[in-house]
Amino acid sequence: MKADRIISLAFKAYIWLALLFVFAPILTSFVFSFDANKFAAIPWGGFSTKWYAEAFGDPEVAKSLRNTVIVALSSSILATLIGFTAAYTDYRYDFFGKKVYLALAFIPPTIPVIILGVAMLVLLGRIGLSGQLHSVIIAHVVYSLPFAMALIRLRLSQMNKDLEAAAWNLGASQWRALKEIIIPFCLPAIFSALFLTMAVSFDEYAIAWFVSGFNETLPVRILILLQREVSPKVNAIGSLVFIVSMTLVMLAQIVFLMREPGSGKGKRI
Amino acid sequence: MSASGTTNTTRRSSLFAWALALPMPVWQTLFFVAALLFLVVMSFWSVQNFRVTPDFTFDNWAKIYSAGYFRVTYVRTVLYALLAATLASLIAFPCAYGLAFKASPLMRRIVVASLIMPYFTSYLVRANSWKILLTDQGVINSVLGTVGLGPLPMTSNLFAVMIGYLTLILPIVILLQYFSLANVDRRLIEAAHNLRCGRVRTVFQVIIPSARTGLILAATFAFILSFGDFVSPSFLGNNKPPTLSVLMVDAVKSGSQWPRAAVVALTMVATLLLVAFLAMNFAYGEKRKRS
Repeated sequence: MKADRIISLAFKAYIWLALLFVFAPILTSFVFSFDANKFAAIPWGGFSTKWYAEAFGDPEVAKSLRNTVIVALSSSILATLIGFTAAYTDYRYDFFGKKVYLALAFIPPTIPVIILGVAMLVLLGRIGLSGQLHSVIIAHVVYSLPFAMALIRLRLSQMNKDLEAAAWNLGASQWRALKEIIIPFCLPAIFSALFLTMAVSFDEYAIAWFVSGFNETLPVRILILLQREVSPKVNAIGSLVFIVSMTLVMLAQIVFLMREPGSGKGKRI
Repeated sequence: MSASGTTNTTRRSSLFAWALALPMPVWQTLFFVAALLFLVVMSFWSVQNFRVTPDFTFDNWAKIYSAGYFRVTYVRTVLYALLAATLASLIAFPCAYGLAFKASPLMRRIVVASLIMPYFTSYLVRANSWKILLTDQGVINSVLGTVGLGPLPMTSNLFAVMIGYLTLILPIVILLQYFSLANVDRRLIEAAHNLRCGRVRTVFQVIIPSARTGLILAATFAFILSFGDFVSPSFLGNNKPPTLSVLMVDAVKSGSQWPRAAVVALTMVATLLLVAFLAMNFAYGEKRKRS
């Protein structure tokens, strides 16, 4: 029917428009990071990489980038580790208070980040842990652990429960079954969780802004630059941040959909 | 805690269970629950000579709650978040509907994957890009200028703040709506068509009621995210007028008014809990009545 095709086309056009709205700011940042003009406007002022040079030449930016890498690596490893143990517990055990257990994990990302930031600042400041890189790491683990836990839990729900039991029956200890059955099966999800929590930390500006003190991370540096001046430098740094976090999220998605190593097409476990 | 599926519950196996079960609750209790609880304690402390001092006073609560600007800001923030959630839900719906019922599987996968991405990519930089696009000398006004329009004032006003909120919430609202629409039983829709229920009527009387829980969940998420957002009112709205998050950040950053910031933060948390509770009641309660 002709009407059906037109309606269907209209919906598709609308979807692409929505995507345009979502991606327009990202494109804008890329386009104007190469603009020779200081104030972004049309017409474009010509191609230039001077904002990148200026961004890389800024020692504050370099320092904050180093901090971000340290924080993102440490917090993603911790969050994935803790997320894995919690996901396994949820998968295997049933116990009194399980709802509270799950709520403890999943509530932090639903609380606005600036409130988390203030709360963490107040607590960490009181116990003398504020203003350092480890303060940001602690806070980012709280915030990103649920993402790791959810991914790994999803993977575990695809697993055949008999496999682990078979290993126990054959005399493997629980630790050995965990190491040789569960972890290999979850490996794609574990890597996916690492990438995703890394992306979360790499991008997080609000909690880090409150608890990092003078040890700024890159997103905090961007926030400070935005408050201080109009500089296309921000577009250059922002474009790089986009590339890194989009790569991490894409890797997370690709790895998650990968089959476990060693299993061929026919024998899915 | 019992290890189901094992016959031997020796001490070693319970060590195994505890070692895996405990890290998460310990971490979240030490650094998250304790932080929220300490925020409550802090709200009763006082500031003396610019130093936060342990105390037990209702001063902070009294000062904040009796301040006219706080009440006005509170109402404004709630209204802004309501408006943002409504706009996002309305704008997202045709998109989610198209994805669920009109798009090819390939298009669906591409769009879903691309909508997950913005949630993890710098909202700060994206908000700044909107500023570039929307200022009087910006890209959109330059284009409008060539056809003799404008410049339209598109920054430091409600429009700009809403654009910022939508940047933050639209992708996630589309995704949540899409997931709930994709789960609607197709047989219901076919039955409606067989009974000669029109296209539009099917949407409003069959599809929306079946997807209701997810649609409300999406709107609630949109409300929560906009209510707590600091970037849009600050950078796109230029802090004029402020929202609660702007007040709170001011109290922490430009003074050592941590106890007052704690009062504002707790008020926000209480509001969000109430909203989440009401929304879930609304989402699930009616359904129970009907079935």
